[in-house]
Amino acid sequence: MASKLSKAFRALAFGFVALFAASSLPALAQQPTSVNPTAQSVKEEQLLQALKPGAPVAGRISIPDKQAANLIQPGRDWRAFNQETLPKLGAYSLIGIAFVLVAFYALRGKIRIDAGLSGMKILRFGALDRFTHWLTATSFIVLAITGINVTFGKFVLAPVMGPEAFAAWAGFAKLLHNYVGFAFMAGVVLTFLIWVKDNIPNAVDLQWFAAGGGLLGKGHPPAKRFNGGQKIIFWSVVVGGFLLSLSGWHLLFPTAESIEHVQWQATLHGTTAFVMIAIIIAHIYIGSVGMEGAFDAMGSGEVDLNWAKEHHSLWVEDVMKGKRPAGNAAPQPAE
Amino acid sequence: MARMKFLCDADRCIECNACVTACKNEHEVPWGINRRRVVTINDGKPGERSVSMACMHCTDAPCASVCPVSCFYTTADAVVLHSKDLCIGCGYCFYACPFGAPQYPKTSNFGSRGKMDKCTYCAGGPEADGSQAELDKYGRNRLAEGKLPLCAEMCSTKALLAGDGDIIAQIYKERVAKRGYGSGAWGWKVAYKETVAL
Repeated sequence: MASKLSKAFRALAFGFVALFAASSLPALAQQPTSVNPTAQSVKEEQLLQALKPGAPVAGRISIPDKQAANLIQPGRDWRAFNQETLPKLGAYSLIGIAFVLVAFYALRGKIRIDAGLSGMKILRFGALDRFTHWLTATSFIVLAITGINVTFGKFVLAPVMGPEAFAAWAGFAKLLHNYVGFAFMAGVVLTFLIWVKDNIPNAVDLQWFAAGGGLLGKGHPPAKRFNGGQKIIFWSVVVGGFLLSLSGWHLLFPTAESIEHVQWQATLHGTTAFVMIAIIIAHIYIGSVGMEGAFDAMGSGEVDLNWAKEHHSLWVEDVMKGKRPAGNAAPQPAE
Repeated sequence: MARMKFLCDADRCIECNACVTACKNEHEVPWGINRRRVVTINDGKPGERSVSMACMHCTDAPCASVCPVSCFYTTADAVVLHSKDLCIGCGYCFYACPFGAPQYPKTSNFGSRGKMDKCTYCAGGPEADGSQAELDKYGRNRLAEGKLPLCAEMCSTKALLAGDGDIIAQIYKERVAKRGYGSGAWGWKVAYKETVAL
């Protein structure tokens, strides 16, 4: 037993010696007489030049945070966007839409019901419709205010409130933004599900746009449940809401992302947000002060029959003939 | 006043990570956060170099520019510091930083970020120099005691240099002239918009 083991050890030892000799001899032979330490050394300059624009200088790191392996990463482009382009875009879109709406109100005034109030009501939006609308609407308004605060707060509010009070408000606003975002995502999904069937573009919309949508000129072009303008709002909310949700999600959970990815998401989020805010301000205008009888649709859910006949003539016909239910919930009996 | 800078001589750095450890210990940096780190470029290949990197205390710092609550300030020594009382943990400084310096402790659910933490150049924060509040939030204030950042002070090969930018650039230039090569002042162009002419 003992002799067998020692034999095995001797064989193993011999093997190792042979292996070592075989591997080290050629290596020794190849050793250059003098070492040039700069040969193939990493020059920062060369590395930066060899990089594609926007890519980081990365290496290996021994700490668990693998993102820290990026030695020098892009950042200045995003800074320029965040501090110059985005505030400009935001200011132009907010001031621009305010100017357009004031001008529209001055020229066109409030859009009245031509035939006057009929006194008869027709159910336009049921409980589910209105829940979806107000879930999306209230969360959007909270997100818009807290989001605008990130871009403009330090220029507008901070000088008035002082840095401590502003930081406290901004911290609260950040939390609101992070959590209310989920309500908005739910609202966008519901919006899509319950209204997409009435928002497929069709030939009626072309006529509606050709006739100026009743916004410009006299008379009302025919429309089904949603007219061309409303379909634009619907698809803006669905597409814009999807982009905002997607980019917002990535900004909320950035742990696995590269820095360029996060910068790109922040760019997308800010740009989409300001475009959406402008669109929604126009939507709020026409749904409230801009048009007589329009608010009832999302307020009580029941609109005046004359308003419905003027703005959604084909829809009223369908409802009257019993071809379709009025709202997206059990219709209430007429009083 | 001196313009404080860091310079890592990559031809001397041996990736011992002592600067990382010293920093974590000196400032009692929370778990998961490394104010300084060592990155190895071309690992295992000819010409491998290691660079110790932290906040470079940039001229016209991007973090300060994008901060939505303006919590950053630059000291008379050109050290970029921030107030953890004002910071809301939004993450924008991390998006903008070319060196990945700002980091956030995970404090609550949904991965939301706590107050940002980064290298202070061993210069503390807005609280009174050497106060307990300053120590708790930002770590030791060595600069106020007339000492340089610990990472560079205890670097075994003197690869990491900290101090007045002109002086450490001169030291580096002399080294490069004497030994005949140098891979450059890593990050200087990005941070200070200038480099050490070799």
